[in-house]
Amino acid sequence: MLAYIIKRILYAIPILIGVNLITFMLFFMVNSPDDMARAQLGAKQVTPELIQSWKEERGYDKPLFINSKEEGLSKVTHTLFVQESLKLFSFDFGFSDSNRDIGADIKVRMIPSLSIALPTFIIALITNISLALLLVLFRGSLLDTSMMVVAVMIMSISGLFYIIAGQVLFSKIWHWVPISGYESGWDGVKFILLPIFIGVFAGIGSGVRWYRSIFLEQINQDYVRTARAKGLSEIKVLFGHVLRNGMLPILTGVVVIIPSLFMGSLIMESFFGIPGLGSYTIDAINSQDFAIVKAMVFLGSVLYIVGLILTDISYTLFDPRVKL
Amino acid sequence: MQIGMLKIYILMMICISLHADVWNNPHSKEQSASNTLFTSFSLPPKRLDPVISYNVNEWAFISQIYEPPLQYNYIQRPYRLEPLTLTHMPTIRYLNKAHQEVEENDEEVAFSEYRLTLRDDVMYQDHPAFVKDVKGDLLYGALSEEALGKIDTLNDFEKQGTRHLKAEDYAYAIKRMGVRANHSPILDSMQTYIVGLKAYTDRLNTIAKEKKKKGERLDLRNYDIEGVKVIDEKTLLIEIKGKYPQFLYWLSMNFFAPIPWEADLFYQQKGLVTKNLTLNWFPVGTGAYYLAENNPNKQMRLLKNPHFHEERYPASDSEDAGKKLPFIDEVIYSLEKESIPLWNKFLQGYYDASGISSEAFDQAVQISSSGSMGLSKEMQQKDISLMGSVQPSIFYLAFNMVDPIVGGYSDEAKKLRQAISIAINEEEYISIFMNERGIAAQDVIPPGIFGHEEGEEGTNKVVYDWIDGKRVRKSLAVAKKLLAEAGYPNGISKKTGKPLKLYYDTTATGPDDRALMDWYRKQFDALGIQLVIRATDYNRFQDKVRKGKAQLFSWGWNADYPDPENFLFLLYGANASVDTNGAGINSSNYKNPLFDTLFEKMKTMKNSPERMEIIRQMIQISREDAPWVWGVHPKSLALSHAWYRNVVPNAMANNTLKYKRIDAPLRVKKQQEWNQPVIKPLYFIGLFILLLIFALRYIYRNRQNRVILQEEREC
Repeated sequence: MLAYIIKRILYAIPILIGVNLITFMLFFMVNSPDDMARAQLGAKQVTPELIQSWKEERGYDKPLFINSKEEGLSKVTHTLFVQESLKLFSFDFGFSDSNRDIGADIKVRMIPSLSIALPTFIIALITNISLALLLVLFRGSLLDTSMMVVAVMIMSISGLFYIIAGQVLFSKIWHWVPISGYESGWDGVKFILLPIFIGVFAGIGSGVRWYRSIFLEQINQDYVRTARAKGLSEIKVLFGHVLRNGMLPILTGVVVIIPSLFMGSLIMESFFGIPGLGSYTIDAINSQDFAIVKAMVFLGSVLYIVGLILTDISYTLFDPRVKL
Repeated sequence: MQIGMLKIYILMMICISLHADVWNNPHSKEQSASNTLFTSFSLPPKRLDPVISYNVNEWAFISQIYEPPLQYNYIQRPYRLEPLTLTHMPTIRYLNKAHQEVEENDEEVAFSEYRLTLRDDVMYQDHPAFVKDVKGDLLYGALSEEALGKIDTLNDFEKQGTRHLKAEDYAYAIKRMGVRANHSPILDSMQTYIVGLKAYTDRLNTIAKEKKKKGERLDLRNYDIEGVKVIDEKTLLIEIKGKYPQFLYWLSMNFFAPIPWEADLFYQQKGLVTKNLTLNWFPVGTGAYYLAENNPNKQMRLLKNPHFHEERYPASDSEDAGKKLPFIDEVIYSLEKESIPLWNKFLQGYYDASGISSEAFDQAVQISSSGSMGLSKEMQQKDISLMGSVQPSIFYLAFNMVDPIVGGYSDEAKKLRQAISIAINEEEYISIFMNERGIAAQDVIPPGIFGHEEGEEGTNKVVYDWIDGKRVRKSLAVAKKLLAEAGYPNGISKKTGKPLKLYYDTTATGPDDRALMDWYRKQFDALGIQLVIRATDYNRFQDKVRKGKAQLFSWGWNADYPDPENFLFLLYGANASVDTNGAGINSSNYKNPLFDTLFEKMKTMKNSPERMEIIRQMIQISREDAPWVWGVHPKSLALSHAWYRNVVPNAMANNTLKYKRIDAPLRVKKQQEWNQPVIKPLYFIGLFILLLIFALRYIYRNRQNRVILQEEREC
């Protein structure tokens, strides 16, 4: 397995270089370093000297990919792309354009993101699987049909609607929870209840439908018939046999998400005033802060690759037939 | 089991019903009851370094912390400067080239010398940078790796200290401004005024780079600026080239706030920089408040500076007249990016004041048939106050004066621009797109600034007629006549026989902007002119304007200081964008030699009837030339709760927090009244879940029994 993991890590390097290259190209296609300097320095009194000094300070005065002023290998190495990429690969994210240490900011902002994303993920997983099993238990009944219709309806409505409707209903009309905000520790529980509920509710439609289809595939298998023949109740059959055998396809979709939970939710964090990594990325895009954008894209790619590796590893744990 | 669940349900509902407190309060109970102001910010500040920051959002914080030498009187109008950390207003001596004193109006004036005398009761907030050891060296001036390991915030330092404000602190601030690597936005303009600043910058450029390379700290006490002299601990001289009366206004801005050298050297320590502990993020000032918590992504918290100097509430007719400032102990700014949560929290009483977003406008404000604004019934019931004031700003539609069609100074070109100025109905624009939050501009100078005139004198006779004591926009017929005289009868070019097509560059590309663009098209269409909208992103738009490649575009300006020079220079030829590599602020590239001559004369004058006369002439010239469709001076509206006192609109002052007052008991009472939780839905939801569980259980059992009975029958 170790050899497999090393191989996957080595595969990841060209992927990350590629992702980084595309990020650089896309970003600098729409923003020149001069534009970035203007965005950071404000609209008033921005002179060419000021722009030049800002670029020099941050290394944006260097050419992007080829430095024609240099000789030999330096033509490539003395460029913005290579110098910034090298730093990224050593996980040195450097400083944002507003002079904040990005690494320190990521560490701080990861916790609020996780405080929403992790409970949402766990509760949603449990709720969706339980509801899917319930529907499988009552398959073909009026409950099953009507729940499927409701699931499609939930899926069809934009997540933004749930956020606004949730804020209006639970905070404005019923006064149950604060409409937005964040606190760390126990004082913060009241703030995360609504985003978690909305996160879980918005995902119920797709989650339940997906898990239901997985369990329905299992329900007619021979081992299920055998279990019923042994006289097990339907609940024991579902939880003891169907659920366990349905875990493999569930794992494929679930484990890959786990590392990405660190990255937070872009819209949710913005609407609920949660100082996480999702809003960090959005703010950086809006303020043309390339240093943060490239760090977050890089981190996102790394976490996605980690997620894929974890998925492969988890297969071996749940299915002894799979060998890496 | 059913009985057990039922019991739990009943018990839970009883507990919930007995809980009397509000549930949706984002603040703690203690905070709500304390002398704390709750407010919000929509954009995380990027920098809190006074020498760099040039942004209203950032000034909202740092203006409470730092104290430049002067400030605007909170109450008096027109805006008036007064000493803040000085004993009196700066005294000015005028000098000739040989540095001999001359009269103010002497033609030989080559330099102006500003003498600043500091008060002796101004002290800094407590800060570790000021702590000294027994030898008199800075205790935390050279932190070891081990010491740095234990430090994550400024609160981790065991000791804090303070000291009196000195003249050298102001000199140090100007020296920091002079270091190019600090990116002060006003450095280039100040270099043209402060004697020796340019030479200092050139010298320091190399030194700063070398120091940075070597990882050494840059102690600016070792380098002097020729025109900035510290006479003694409390006296500072600043020498200005020529006469520049507006320099006093600059002295009220944060760029000239004092920086103690101890703080600068303290924050230059590498180990602190990597922990985001920098002067850019943790200000050290003498103001009424200090920054106790800096989390720009969530919350900024200011606390009362215990060392704040003597200052009293300035209004004589207020119950707080003569009382010591500041009134509020703590200020909590929370990040609110979205308008819906912000607005609802204000209505719930959890924010003490709020602006009015366009979504909330109809809920908050009602406009009478006569056009006057008032609060809606809902707001009146909550005892909310509405404050409105016209901002010292202008949003205009500019003609690019170097454009071959709309630009130029021929009679035809002028008439074309005048015709368009008449056709674009600003009153309609304000009504449709601004909810009446603005007034149609007659020229470049907004109300409240010297040079602005009301009534017939202040009416732009190119666009309006003065009839029965009212401004009436000229008819379309007049505009069409002007257009015909310009060579475009009914919008058709006499020369080419083709319809006139103009291009409007804009960043308004969203679906919400479609109505506005359609409206613009309609205004031009009324003259038979085809308007082509060229939607573009902001970077490209700015680039086009800077290079003079846009034909028509909308732009705006907010006053730096309340002087007509700060608006008229938007039309000064030497500031033309195309001639200054994009650095000039005259984005329409307007150049009229007579206007420029008058501007140069007016610029250095004090407000007087003579200055007023020159301004009148300049305004008349610009109205005739019509380089802009003069556009709109926006009105700002703000709402505040009954417990938030001493709220006076002041568009120039930023350090106004110290004057405000909170009635916390009233706030708590109202919060309780407005936010009692609605419990009924909880009963129903609980009951529904309970019934669902029972029903499913019943159905499942029945099913199982049916299967067993069926199997038994089959057996």
